[in-house]
Amino acid sequence: MSQGPVAPPPPPRVGIRAAMMLRLLAVQGAWNYETLIGNGIAFCLEPVLRELPGGEHTPEFRAAMARQARYFNAHPYLAAFAVGALARAELDHEAPERIERFRTAMCGPLGSVGDRLVWAGWLPLSSLVALALFGLHGGALVVVATFLVLYNVGHVALLMWGLRTGWRQGLAVASGLGHPIFRRGPAILARAAALVAGIAIPLAFSRLVGAERAALGEILVAALLGAALVVKLQARLEAWRFALLLISGIVLFSVIR
Amino acid sequence: MTTWAIAGIVLLGGVTGTDTVSFPQAMISRPIVSATLAGALLGAPAQGLLVGVVLELIALETLPVGASRYPEWGSASVVAGALYVGSHGDSAGALMVAVLGGLVAAWIGGLSMVWLRRRNATLAHQRRAGLDAGSGGTVLRVQLLGIASDFARALLLTGVAYAVLAPVERALANQWTLDPLWSRSALVAVAASVALGASWKLFHLVAGTRWLFLGGLAIGFGLLALGVAA
Repeated sequence: MSQGPVAPPPPPRVGIRAAMMLRLLAVQGAWNYETLIGNGIAFCLEPVLRELPGGEHTPEFRAAMARQARYFNAHPYLAAFAVGALARAELDHEAPERIERFRTAMCGPLGSVGDRLVWAGWLPLSSLVALALFGLHGGALVVVATFLVLYNVGHVALLMWGLRTGWRQGLAVASGLGHPIFRRGPAILARAAALVAGIAIPLAFSRLVGAERAALGEILVAALLGAALVVKLQARLEAWRFALLLISGIVLFSVIR
Repeated sequence: MTTWAIAGIVLLGGVTGTDTVSFPQAMISRPIVSATLAGALLGAPAQGLLVGVVLELIALETLPVGASRYPEWGSASVVAGALYVGSHGDSAGALMVAVLGGLVAAWIGGLSMVWLRRRNATLAHQRRAGLDAGSGGTVLRVQLLGIASDFARALLLTGVAYAVLAPVERALANQWTLDPLWSRSALVAVAASVALGASWKLFHLVAGTRWLFLGGLAIGFGLLALGVAA
């Protein structure tokens, strides 16, 4: 007789889940060039590992903590998937070799997918929405609150989803990374951000210039030429350094002429 | 500026600087937030927002990706917001000099984060025996020490940057010769160049984004022409 799929064990208690969520916000607290967020992963798992039989004074707990504090790399928000999966694996007493293999295999995908989805998608989109609101004469409170609420709805939702999915799927969580949000999300966010960028930049630009529009045409031409230069120099000069150089030059010119 | 106000600015810089990487990455470290908060703390949120928007346009390209080196905008934007509000916008160059101060602080802040990451590695190395033995207490200590060190780094950076840059800003503003129109225009042109270039770099590889960007520009300029956002 064939066996049906095994139901996942009940999730950890609410208090433990809350502690793991809070600790996920600090997963990069000890980021370093040797173990990257390895210590942070162990820090997030510590509350749930105390649920191992015998608690925190057993060889099992210590072996699990030592394993989890080793090198690990992931996007800080997508680390939630790994934390959920590793919690389940440790509580299911998976073989240490399988856990090690999982940790090694997950580093690349959790980093690159998160970078594209969050750093290159959700973050610039949220910034551009706030800039558009500024251009539409939004006040300080409206602009800042909109940015923070919009960005963090995505941030917290991703953490909660990751933790839950990781727990539910355990070491098979890699299949969860095939979710449409990860496959199509970055492209959809890039398209949305491109549209909002087109709207936001002229609006913000106009409000910054203020009521005096005498030089608007010249500014626009200078901005387009500058943007072309930023794109042309991208391999050699980061955009913020370009801004630093130009602004330093203008300040010096104004002061010493 | 009163001692309490300066203390508040330094504390805010500590919090926003820590947010950049360590805790909680809620993006209060983005310039549009942190400079505005600095302005609000000094009673002028709208002026803080103005500096924040210019720096946000410049920071649009910065992706805080793992081991890469990038400017630390959190503390720096607090410094820039405080510099601009502290100048009371007296000089035509006040905004530009405040933004320059923010960029310099962000650059130094980025270097200080590299130093912190090396220090975190040393801390972990010193506690290697405890970590290898699976001590929960050691893991907790390494993590909390890392966050506390980052907070101390950001506090120090904000305090020193403000102490050094405030007199420099006053001196530069007193010598300013460009007229207000051209000062503001040049700054906006630089920020808009970087934002346009950054948007292009971030999105142009995805199919359809060029047309969406152009469509967005048409909507943006259309709104301006209609006077909706004038």
